[in-house]
Amino acid sequence: MSVQLEVQLIAVVVAVACALPGVFLVLRGMAMMSDAISHTVLLGIVLAFFLVGDLDSPLLIVGAALMGVLTVTLVELLNQTQLVKQDAAIGLVFPALFSVAVILISRFARGVHLDVDAVLLGELAFAPFDRVQFWGLDVPIALAVMGGILVLNGLFIGLFYKELKLATFDPALAAALGFSPVLLHYGLMTLVSVTAVGAFDAVGSVLVVALMITPPATAYLLTNRLSHMLGLSAVIGAGSALAGYWLARLLDANIAGSMATMTGAIFLVTFLLAPERGIVAILRRRQRQRWEFAQAALTIHLLHHEDSPQADEECRVDHLGEHLRWQRPFADEVVRLARRHGLVTQDNGRLYLTDKGRQTVQDAIVR
Amino acid sequence: MTERRFAIEVEDLTLAYQDKPVLWDIDLHVPEGILMAIVGPNGAGKTTLIKTILGLLKPAAGRITIYGKPFVAQRKLVAYVPQRGSVDWDFPTNVLDVVMMGRYGRLGWVKWPGREDRELAMEALRKVGMANFAHRQISQLSGGQQQRTFLARALVQDAQIYFMDEPFQGVDATTERAIIQLLKELRAAGKTVVVVHHDLQTVSEYFDWVTLLNVRRIASGPVSQVFTEENLRLTYGGKVAFLSKTAVSQSTPDTLQPASSGG
Ligand SMILES: Nc1ncnc2c1ncn2[C@@H]1O[C@H](COP(=O)(O)OP(=O)(O)OP(=O)(O)O)[C@@H](O)[C@H]1O
Ligand SMILES: [Mg+2]
Repeated sequence: MSVQLEVQLIAVVVAVACALPGVFLVLRGMAMMSDAISHTVLLGIVLAFFLVGDLDSPLLIVGAALMGVLTVTLVELLNQTQLVKQDAAIGLVFPALFSVAVILISRFARGVHLDVDAVLLGELAFAPFDRVQFWGLDVPIALAVMGGILVLNGLFIGLFYKELKLATFDPALAAALGFSPVLLHYGLMTLVSVTAVGAFDAVGSVLVVALMITPPATAYLLTNRLSHMLGLSAVIGAGSALAGYWLARLLDANIAGSMATMTGAIFLVTFLLAPERGIVAILRRRQRQRWEFAQAALTIHLLHHEDSPQADEECRVDHLGEHLRWQRPFADEVVRLARRHGLVTQDNGRLYLTDKGRQTVQDAIVR
Repeated sequence: MTERRFAIEVEDLTLAYQDKPVLWDIDLHVPEGILMAIVGPNGAGKTTLIKTILGLLKPAAGRITIYGKPFVAQRKLVAYVPQRGSVDWDFPTNVLDVVMMGRYGRLGWVKWPGREDRELAMEALRKVGMANFAHRQISQLSGGQQQRTFLARALVQDAQIYFMDEPFQGVDATTERAIIQLLKELRAAGKTVVVVHHDLQTVSEYFDWVTLLNVRRIASGPVSQVFTEENLRLTYGGKVAFLSKTAVSQSTPDTLQPASSGG
């Protein structure tokens, strides 16, 4: 396999591995927790590195996972004191742990390949050059690690899909039914930590957050089913990864940065154009509702006055502005629409309600 | 009264959030097969009491049993309808799916719901008049429809005891009647139903048993005996002048309306 292909493959695997747990982070309103975890795991890595003295040891991932869980625990403990809110608690814990890691690296580990730039931005382009033998296959380490994490995430979410769904939607019922929401919560957070560590070696912690949060947030705008949201998030993540890779080639820019940009771009387009929940759809719906409401108001006005002595007066197109406080062009347009829909007929500037119009009024009032 | 089993027994229950006691030394003996209201002012600890019985909160002291055993051993006998506002109705799922969650307890870990669970869920939706909404996204439900969905979810749990936290909150009169009808059917089938209720006017019409709660248990027993003006005053403080006609009072015995006993 060519290096180019391998880079793309790694990017896709990282994106999908991040998107899966990210769905639950987004649904639980814990997006910022991924930001905290993806940074504080660095401290876990550094401490584990001091302990074992080997940068390739799998114990580093264990250390990182423990630190991720510790981060969540600290945030929740702070939160429980009710002296600080959750976002503030995250803002307190994350810089504290992250800065300790940065100090430790710059003071004691300068010679080692563990620098802050790499942590933030990753080195995806170089990932294919660190290789291992795996079942007789010669693969990049990053691919093997992230492939393993992807399988782990898939298994966890596949096995505990209904438990995660219930604990996210209604934690009280989950607890009453005997599915420990706390256990699931920490399970999920361990997964997020492990994913963050594996991913940030390849793409850096900034992109980890982008890949965990943006594709699920995009998918949330596109579907009403949790299962579809998981699938869509994976597809969107993978799509952003590939598009980002090619954008980076085109611009000769950092791959991770381009991927993050693509997730943002895809979100923006969806945010604007999503069929039901996009801004454009919402504005058009409001516009349509405005016209429908105006037509209903017109028919109600006609119904009220059709039998009154001033009917001829009240029901003239010319007088709508006066009675309904409508500008002339707006009133004309409403009358035009109402006639087209067969709600009213016009004779010599005087409006008459049709049977259909009368029926519509009745429906509108009852509702 | 004939010898009745107790569905729920609570003894000397005390619970505090930090240092603020919310439930003080509560004793409660709920016989099987009754429809019981828990009434009390906002912040009286009604939700807290239910959550504690369901093992969701840890009491500082006291003993709680469900049919003589701790809740953990009796989970499958208990169904719970939380306050409607306690969940995120924008969650990406539909009505049928939410109702099926009631089956998860029977399924246990890892196992996926199957055809039978689906059919049970549909049947429960028919019972609450929501069959046509099975595939509706939950964010598009009205308050009453959300409440019916939760009720259907409790029904598929096929429990012995039902806890409901304000099921009538924000529902119209029709839905309220439909719900109370269902609750009476449950009682007729020998189930025990415990409902947090706010409308004192309807207590004697809907329920046969009532617990008055305000941090302490003021009274608990048959509506005809304990739903008195005196007890209401103790529960709600002085501001109960408007209650006098709904409460059972010694001087007007004909307002004593023992709730129609369905079982
Ligand atoms: N998580 C919490 N932490 C601290 N105090 C709490 C917590 N939950 C509830 N309380 C307090 O406990 C008391 C009882 O609350 P609870 O929700 O049980 O009342 P309630 O009777 O259900 O009221 P309502 O009629 O408003 O639903 C209230 O004073 C409330 O402020
Ligand atoms: Mg309450």
